[in-house]
Amino acid sequence: MGDSAVTNTDMVVSARRALWDPDEIGEPEISGLLGRLSAKDIDTGDLYFQLARHESWSLEDGKVKNGAFTTDRGVGVRAISGEKTGFAYADNIALPALREATEAARSIARMGYGSGSRVLTGTTATVRYADVDPIASAREDAKVALLRRIDAFARGLDPQVSEVVVRVSLDCETNLVVTTDGSMSGDKRPMARFDVMVLAERNGRRERGVSGGGGRFDTGWLFDTDAAEQHAREAVRMALVNLDAVDAPAGAMPLVLGHGWPGVLLHEAVGHGLEGDFNRKETSAFAGRMGQPVASKLCTVIDDATLADRRGSLTVDDEGTPGERTTLIENGVLVGYMQDKHNARLMGTESTGNGRRQSYAHLPMPRMTNTFLSPGSSEPEEIIASVDKGVYAVSFGGGQVDITSGKFVFSATEAYLIEGGRIGPAIRGATLIGNGPEVMQRVSMVGNDFQLDTGVGICGKDGQTVPVGVGQPTLKIDEITVGGTGQAPAS
Amino acid sequence: MKPIASRSTAADPSVLDASLKGMVARILDEARRQGATAAEVAAGEGSGLVVSVRKGELETVEFINDRGFGITVYVGARKGNASTSDTDPEAIRETVRAALNIAKYTEEDACNGLADAALMAQGIPDLDLHHPWDMDVPRATERALETEAAGFAYDDRIVNSEGARVATSRGCHVYGNSHGFLEASWGTRHSTSCQMIAADANGMQPENWYTVSRDPADLEDPVEVGREAARRAVGRLGCRPIKTGSYPVLFAPPVAAGLVSHLLSAIGGRALYRRETYLLDSIGRQVATRDITLREEPHRPKGLASAAHDGDGVTTRPKAFVEDGVVASYVLDTYSARRLGLATTGNAGGYFNLDVVADTRPVEHLMRDMGTGLLVTSLMGQGVSLVTGDYSRGAGGVWVAGGEPSHPVDEVTIAANLDDVYKGIAGCGDDIDRRGNIQTGSLLVGEMTVAN
Repeated sequence: MGDSAVTNTDMVVSARRALWDPDEIGEPEISGLLGRLSAKDIDTGDLYFQLARHESWSLEDGKVKNGAFTTDRGVGVRAISGEKTGFAYADNIALPALREATEAARSIARMGYGSGSRVLTGTTATVRYADVDPIASAREDAKVALLRRIDAFARGLDPQVSEVVVRVSLDCETNLVVTTDGSMSGDKRPMARFDVMVLAERNGRRERGVSGGGGRFDTGWLFDTDAAEQHAREAVRMALVNLDAVDAPAGAMPLVLGHGWPGVLLHEAVGHGLEGDFNRKETSAFAGRMGQPVASKLCTVIDDATLADRRGSLTVDDEGTPGERTTLIENGVLVGYMQDKHNARLMGTESTGNGRRQSYAHLPMPRMTNTFLSPGSSEPEEIIASVDKGVYAVSFGGGQVDITSGKFVFSATEAYLIEGGRIGPAIRGATLIGNGPEVMQRVSMVGNDFQLDTGVGICGKDGQTVPVGVGQPTLKIDEITVGGTGQAPAS
Repeated sequence: MKPIASRSTAADPSVLDASLKGMVARILDEARRQGATAAEVAAGEGSGLVVSVRKGELETVEFINDRGFGITVYVGARKGNASTSDTDPEAIRETVRAALNIAKYTEEDACNGLADAALMAQGIPDLDLHHPWDMDVPRATERALETEAAGFAYDDRIVNSEGARVATSRGCHVYGNSHGFLEASWGTRHSTSCQMIAADANGMQPENWYTVSRDPADLEDPVEVGREAARRAVGRLGCRPIKTGSYPVLFAPPVAAGLVSHLLSAIGGRALYRRETYLLDSIGRQVATRDITLREEPHRPKGLASAAHDGDGVTTRPKAFVEDGVVASYVLDTYSARRLGLATTGNAGGYFNLDVVADTRPVEHLMRDMGTGLLVTSLMGQGVSLVTGDYSRGAGGVWVAGGEPSHPVDEVTIAANLDDVYKGIAGCGDDIDRRGNIQTGSLLVGEMTVAN
C-alpha cells in the first residue's frame, strides 16, 4: 500500500468490543487468565477469541431456494511447553468456560501454577483489506435479484445450457489474540465469494462448467462491475468446450500450464513441502535442503499475505503476527520456509506470519497465504509453439500432495492437446501426477503473463481448511504423467 | 495431569439428554412463536480427548468440547436455514429470527417441507452405540507411545514418524421437528492411529494405519496398529516404473470403499435432480456386475454409521440400493424424493452402514485371476466426474506379475469410465475392512489405463 499505509490501530479496541461482554470480561480477568497460563515450564500461550458470521444464498432450477446464516463465537486456549502443546476451547465467551479451558490447556505443564498478571499492550499492523462487512453491504433482496439475473443471463448465452447453479457466499470474521507476553492484536476479515456452475447438454451428453471468484471485500464488486456476468460467461464457455472434448492421452509428456489458477501446481508441488512444521520434523521431501537448488533457475516462488484484498491475504495471522511477503525459492534455490510462532521458536527463527487456524476450535499451523511463481520472459505463444505433442491445461478442480514422498496430483477440468506447436482439441478431465522436487526441475519456460487466480482457493491440511490464493504465468514442464484413457502421443 | 476436564463428560447421559431435548423443544416453540409454519432442529453436544505423540514424546493434548444447533424454518413453501455454536436464550431467538429472515427472500418450492408425519421413526431401537472409554491424558499418552514404539521397532528402515494419536469422544445428537418428533441418540467413537515413515536411498515413504470403533473393547491392539503402519511404509520402498498401458486393477479394501462410494453418489437424490450424474433414470437398470449387491444395514449394533432415523426424522430401514448389479433404490431424502416424484428412502444425511455383498474369495486367488496388473493401495486427487463417469486419479500400489506381488509402484494414474469399471468387477476379496461406513473386501475390476 506504499506510503499511504494504514495501520489497524483501532482494531484491538473494536475486536474487544465485539468479543468481550463488558459486564463480565475485561483486562483484569484476561490478564489473570494469562497469569494462570504462565506456569513455570510453559514457554508461551495464547487466547484466541473469534466471532465468525456467514451468509450464503443459492439458486438452482431457476429459483433462489436456499439461504443460510451461521454465527460461531468462541475462544481457543493454547499452552506450549517445549515441543508440547495443550489446547482446549469453548463455544461461548464466558468467564467460567474460559477458566475451564485455560486449566485444561495448561495441564500439560508438569509443575507449578502461574501467578501474577500481565500488562496488556495492543499491537499494530498495516491493513491489507478494508474494514467492511460483506453480509451487511447489500440488502437481501438485492442479493437474491443478482442470482436471478445471472441465471437468466447464463441461460440466454446458449440454448444448450440445461441447468444453472449460482451461489453467493459472504463472511465477516472478527478475532482477537492475547498472548502470555501481554501483546494483543485484533483483525476483522471480510470475505466475499461468487460461483456459477452450468450444465450443458447436447445429444444426451452432459458436461459441467464452473467459474467463480472473490476476495476480502464486500459485495460492491458484484453490483458495481460485470464480474458476475463474466463468471457466467466463463462457466458456459467451459461447459461447451467440454461437450466437444476427446479422450485424454495417457503417459509421460510435455505440459503447458495456463496462467492464474493453474498455480495450484506450485501450491501442491512445493508450497506444502515448505511449511515449517514438516521441515522441523524432517518429514518433508524438501527438509534439510535450505540453500540448495530445488527447482529450475527460472523459478522464483513467493508467499505473500500483504497483497491488497486477496483471498489469502492477512493483516495479521491467527497468532497476531503481521502478514509478510516471504520468498521461498529464488532462481531455483530454496531460501525460506513458512513459519508460525511454535515451529519458528523450535527452529530458532522468527514467525513469517503464516500461523493460521480454521477457527477457535483448531490449533494454528504454518499455512500458505497467496503463493505464486514470479513472471519470466517468454511469450505464452512461444511456449505453446515449442511443444510438438503434449497437453495444455488451463483449469483445475484441485490437487493433493504427499509432502513426505513429494508426489502430488492435480485434476484438469479444462485442457487441450498440443499438436505441432498449436492448440488442438479439448480433452476430457484427467489427473496429472508428478514428484514435486523433480517436476520443479523440469520447468523449462516461464511466461511474461503473470496472473493471480480469481479468488476461489481452499486449502486443507490436517483436517483444517483456510482460504488461499495462487498464481503464476504460463509455464512449461518438460515431462509429467498425464492420466487419460487414450494413447500417449507418439514422439 | 488431570483427567478430561469437561462438563459433558462428567454429566449423566440422561440429564444432558433431557437438557438438549428441552433446548430443541424451546427452539421449535420459538420458531412457531416467530411465525414459522413448520420447523426442524438438529442439535448436538460432544466432548472428548485427542492425544498425539511423536518420536517418543507427548506432542499435543486437545480437549474437544463442541455444542451447537441448526434450524430449518418453513413459511408455507419457502424455507430458511440458520445455525450457531451459541446456545444462550438470546442467541436462540436471534438464530430463529435469522432463519425466518432468510425465508422471507427465498422462493416458493412445492418440494419444501418436513417429511410426512406418518414416516417418522417410532419405537427407536437401541443400537448399542454408547461405550464411554475411561481414558485420561497419561493413559492415552502411554497407549499412543506404545503404538509408535511398535512402528519404530518393526524395521530399521523406519527412520521417522508423523506420530501416533489416541482419540476418544462421546456425543449426544438430538433431532426434533414441528410434527412433535423429538429423539436423542448417544454415541461414542474411539480410535488409535499412526503414521510411520520408511526411507532408503531413493527417499521417504509415509504410510498410516488406524483402528476405530464405538466400543474401546473392539479396538485393534495398539502394537498391531504401529506395526501395520510400519509394514505398509516399508512395503512402499523400492518402487519401480511400469509401462503405460491397459491392465486389470485390484482395489485394496480402503480404496475399494471409495470406488463404491462414487456409485452411491451417482444414484443420490441431489445428483439425480440436478442431472449431474451418468446414472439418470437408472432404477431397474444394470449398472454393475450381476455378482454384487450393495446393501444398507442402518440398525447394526455398534455400527459406526448406525442410525434409527435419518436427518429428516424418517425411519431408516435395511435395503439394497443395488441388487445383483441392478439399481433397486436411489439414495433419497425427503426433498430430493419430492423433486423426483418418488418416496423418500430414509437417507437424509447419506447411507447408514453399506455392505458390499458378493461371493468372496482370498485375495491371493484374485491376484492369480488378475495375472499381470496393478494392486492399488492408495489414491490421490479428485479426478472423478459423476456427470460423465470419467475417472482419473493418482495411484500407488503393488505391481502383480504372474499372479504374485512383484514390486511397489508409485506416481501412476489409473483411468477409465466408471460405467465400465462397475460392470467389469470380476471378484471380491474376503479381506473385508470393517472400519468405514462402506464395508467391502478388495475389488478386482477389468482393464483400466495405467499411466506412468
